Amino acid sequence: MKVLVAVKRTIDPNVKVRVKSDQTGVETANVKMAMNPFCEIAVEEAVRMKEAGSANEVVAVSAGADKAQETLRTALAMGADRAVHIVTEAELQPLAVARLLKVIADEEQPGLVIMGKQAIDDDSNQTGQMLAALLGWPQATFASEIEFKDGTADVTREIDGGLETLNVNLPAVVTTDLRLNEPRYASLPNIMKAKKKPIDRREADALGVDISPRLAIHKVEEPPKREAGIKVADVAELVAKLRDDAKVIG
Amino acid sequence: MSTLVIAEHDNAELKRPSLNAVTAAQALGGEVHVLVAGSGAGKVAEAAAQAAGVAKVLHADDPAYEHGIAENLAPLLVGLAEGYSHLIASATTFGKNVMPRVAALLDVAQVSDIIGIASDSVFVRPTYAGNALATVESGDATKVVTVRTTAFDAAPAEGGSAAIEAVSGAGDQGLVRFVKHELSKSDRPELTSAGIVISGGRGMQSGENFPLIEAVADRLGAAVGASRAAVDAGYVPNDFQVGQTGKVVAPDLYLAVGISGAIQHLAGMKDSRVICAINKDEEAPIFQIADFGLVADLFKALPELAEELDRQGISKA
Ligand SMILES: Cc1cc2nc3c(=O)[nH]c(=O)nc-3n(C[C@H](O)[C@H](O)[C@H](O)COP(=O)(O)OP(=O)(O)OC[C@H]3O[C@@H](n4cnc5c(N)ncnc54)[C@H](O)[C@@H]3O)c2cc1C
Ligand SMILES: Nc1ncnc2c1ncn2[C@@H]1O[C@H](COP(=O)(O)O)[C@@H](O)[C@H]1O
Repeated sequence: MKVLVAVKRTIDPNVKVRVKSDQTGVETANVKMAMNPFCEIAVEEAVRMKEAGSANEVVAVSAGADKAQETLRTALAMGADRAVHIVTEAELQPLAVARLLKVIADEEQPGLVIMGKQAIDDDSNQTGQMLAALLGWPQATFASEIEFKDGTADVTREIDGGLETLNVNLPAVVTTDLRLNEPRYASLPNIMKAKKKPIDRREADALGVDISPRLAIHKVEEPPKREAGIKVADVAELVAKLRDDAKVIG
Repeated sequence: MSTLVIAEHDNAELKRPSLNAVTAAQALGGEVHVLVAGSGAGKVAEAAAQAAGVAKVLHADDPAYEHGIAENLAPLLVGLAEGYSHLIASATTFGKNVMPRVAALLDVAQVSDIIGIASDSVFVRPTYAGNALATVESGDATKVVTVRTTAFDAAPAEGGSAAIEAVSGAGDQGLVRFVKHELSKSDRPELTSAGIVISGGRGMQSGENFPLIEAVADRLGAAVGASRAAVDAGYVPNDFQVGQTGKVVAPDLYLAVGISGAIQHLAGMKDSRVICAINKDEEAPIFQIADFGLVADLFKALPELAEELDRQGISKA
């Protein structure tokens, strides 16, 4: 089985995000970037599938500007076999990404597409579900465990009430949650090896799908700031403050 | 203009987030209908019909809809979409799972997790773990939207008397089979709607120490939450996680115990009315947003807190 992994380059999760003063977006110039953490989990899972023998090839795919290549190199260093870079400078929204990924999925015919549940920049949590819809495949979102069974997969999902297990036909789209695995760090030899692995460059414009944004972004603002309050000396003072000043208990 | 709210339920009970979605739907201005798709969920349809502000309930009864399977619900919604300007669900794991699939089938964008409605096509939504609020406009004919429940009050469960109309869809698409649920059971209030939430973090050191939190929670009638670190370490189940990629809560009082205050955690609780933190590190970032901070060892402070609540007669237990 071939596994297709979709990875996105995002702002590093440890970076303090700043809104641009002209309210058009957030500062990205000279900001540390990284692979979206949920995509790391997706790559790790795909590589483990190959190591376990349930997959024989792992193909990483990313859509975006030239720099998306760095993210693909990371995926290759983690163990993906080859990569597809869909090149575009355009702003991509989830429906557009899903359409681009569908073109690659149609060509590659993977048995499974695995991706992050959420990109930590736009926080959309949409692309996997949209891709599954466009492909007419099942979707197992927010996965914390995947087990293959006779041409199907049992996927345990993290839901609001606890856990849910679904059995899905393959091919399917799976999106990862935090507890699926702990991604490895790429070793130096593997980083070197990854430099020789192929990245197929595809111009988004040549894929024949409409990727124009559907949502117009009017402005991006900083949320209202919360100020630090006071320190209390002990538990008794804390209880008194909560009861008498804040009036939230008692 | 009219809005279809997709109800979340377990075939017995209408879940509260659906009522938050009804309020958001009302803010759009048009007539509000609710879809109850389930199996033997007549009671849920009746409950939805009683919610204030609901003009009509569509009830789809089919075993295919028993477990809220997105692959089966999406074609049903697509079939119903034509009559509506907006399709709305709460941004729970249910809504997040189903709505993008519906949007893609309708060839429209989906607007995630909105916290504000500026007009029937302009919405405010948090991005970057709540560090940037984006105002976005959808030009699509059908707007598919999920709403953050903490940003919209729940509509009153009573006061309406909507008609219930039976509808049907294509049923089981044969793509997915439900296997099982492992749902957390608790007598405490539900995390996302509780008035008081007490969360524990890595500082708790083990799941065996969570009774220290529970003892305080029981006295205050509070829900119990956790940081990602506490969930990852297995102290508590995944559904306790508060944050950017867990649940968003906005209670009257949020008490963070042994939690450092990473941005991903703050994203899930910084809209709480009063924030209170207990941490032994006075430099912990959580103190930068806490209204009341106590620098203390939690293993000493939590038992003292339970005792003090008893002494002051504040205890509900
Ligand atoms: C993609 C991604 C998504 C994430 N999503 C979330 C999310 O949804 N929710 C979330 O919470 N996190 C999330 N995180 C993780 C987040 O970045 C932090 O790692 C996490 O919140 C830390 O949890 P913590 O505060 O419990 O642990 P720590 O940061 O280790 O803090 C423990 C605190 O306990 C204090 N402490 C220790 N012992 C005691 C004691 N005896 N008495 C008092 N205080 C004590 C310490 O001083 C410290 O401040 C996410 C991270 C990533 C990368
Ligand atoms: N530009 C992109 N290229 C490749 N994959 C993407 C891209 N954008 C989003 N994805 C995938 O979709 C997931 C969810 O993203 P989102 O729906 O934007 O929250 C990510 O974790 C990625 O796996």
